[in-house]
Amino acid sequence: MPLIESAPALPMVRAVGVHKRYRREEVLKGIDLEVASGEVLCLIGPSGSGKSTFLRCINHLEKIDAGRVYVDGELVGYREGGDCLFEMHPREVCRQRADIGMVFQRFNLFPHLTALENVIEAPLRVRREPRPQAIQRARALLERVGLREKADAYPSRLSGGQQQRVAIARALAMRPKLMLFDEPTSALDPELVGEVLNVMRGLADDGMTMIVVTHEMAFARDAGDTVAFMDGGVIVESGAPGEILANPRHERTRAFLSRVIGARP
Amino acid sequence: MTRVVPLRRPWLWLGSAAVLVVAALLGLSIWRNPNIQHDVIVQFQFAPAILQGLRTTVVLALLAAVIGAVLGVLLAVMRLSPSPILRLASGFYTWLLRGTPLLVQILIWGNLALLFEHLGPFRTNDVLTPFVASVIALGLNEGAYMAEIVRAGIIAVDRGQNDAALALGMSHPLTMRRIILPQALRVILPPAGNQFISLLKATSLVSVIAGGDLLTASENISSANLHTIELMLVATFWYLMLTTITSVGQHFVERRLGKTGVGMHAAH
Repeated sequence: MPLIESAPALPMVRAVGVHKRYRREEVLKGIDLEVASGEVLCLIGPSGSGKSTFLRCINHLEKIDAGRVYVDGELVGYREGGDCLFEMHPREVCRQRADIGMVFQRFNLFPHLTALENVIEAPLRVRREPRPQAIQRARALLERVGLREKADAYPSRLSGGQQQRVAIARALAMRPKLMLFDEPTSALDPELVGEVLNVMRGLADDGMTMIVVTHEMAFARDAGDTVAFMDGGVIVESGAPGEILANPRHERTRAFLSRVIGARP
Repeated sequence: MTRVVPLRRPWLWLGSAAVLVVAALLGLSIWRNPNIQHDVIVQFQFAPAILQGLRTTVVLALLAAVIGAVLGVLLAVMRLSPSPILRLASGFYTWLLRGTPLLVQILIWGNLALLFEHLGPFRTNDVLTPFVASVIALGLNEGAYMAEIVRAGIIAVDRGQNDAALALGMSHPLTMRRIILPQALRVILPPAGNQFISLLKATSLVSVIAGGDLLTASENISSANLHTIELMLVATFWYLMLTTITSVGQHFVERRLGKTGVGMHAAH
């Protein structure tokens, strides 16, 4: 019997010449990027460099003005036909987004729902999972992020770190093939950053494909497979964390790193 | 041991005494007034005609409130839609109905037969009875006010809520229904309660087209027996009962919503 040949590994995310403009201002000036399945990519760069905007283009929260974004081989938000891109029906966009988890800087938990209800909402309403099954899985996920006993708490009763961990569990409940993190620890008190980063490290160790916009250089160094430095709407350079963080080739990268780290590592 | 001596506040006491005296005098002047026949009030307070009018007032207010709420959500969503036509239509509606007196609107609906003799296959006066005209006039007017209240509620919900719901793969209508509107409700409810109290009182305006409400019933009786003030006091009592019940209900609903610990913005 012939062995089934495994297909050449497709990148989980492929961005080709992504441009984005707000009014006159061009925020993304042609982003090209590939993220392999299971890879953890950390996006660093000064604020206003377009990191978050690019992240929001990947799940089509922002429409792009030119270029293409593929997730798991599928064009996001558009359908190719001839030499045109046709905007997708919202239903199709929703289906694509359901497979891409996203975690926000300000958590964005639903304040009128308990932690558990936050986690089961999308599996119930979008995936139409049976309720008992969704609840069982949500409890397991909350346990995984260390919040088993907080299942019935409303977000306003949780610390920032706890809220962000619930938000991660909520995203994981949709069994995403890709997780996007938009500065997940920037709104946290310093002593709460560690608990969120630990959960993210665990995810990375389990082989989740992740794109993390972050200012946590230590996390980028030991959890990231790749670090990409963005400035002024372009990716200035990217490579292994050791290289980029220790021996940046570009002056802009060097200047940025010396500002965030204080002294060169 | 030292003793805490509270500050003396003579003006506070004097002011309070003055208020009590004025209130007592006012009460006496009505109670002892020879021009008011108290037995007439007693006679009509629970008269079948008055109770029938009261029922009509309640039904009118409830129907108009339901129409207003549905219309309000629809108009608010239209106002926030990406389509300039829908935005404009919603804005025009609100402009027109908030910009003209309710009394005028009621008179127009009540006399629509003068403008259109027939509505489709029906004679206008057969379809548009005073009661139906009243419900339509009050409901459409209520919609314009509710639209603004609902819109303010939707805008008050943090934008990040929309992002989070969309990122989970939720559709726009689902996001509206499950995430945005429930949170907007906390902002919507207090002004909506006030709006309903206004509506309860505004139902009295339909007496100009003989809408059959509480005031219509009171006026019908008083025009026959000429005890105008007595019957207005009868109506006043019932209006106060209705608004009081509404206020108490509003208080409890708001407290219940408050208990779920919903903060408009996530705590940091």
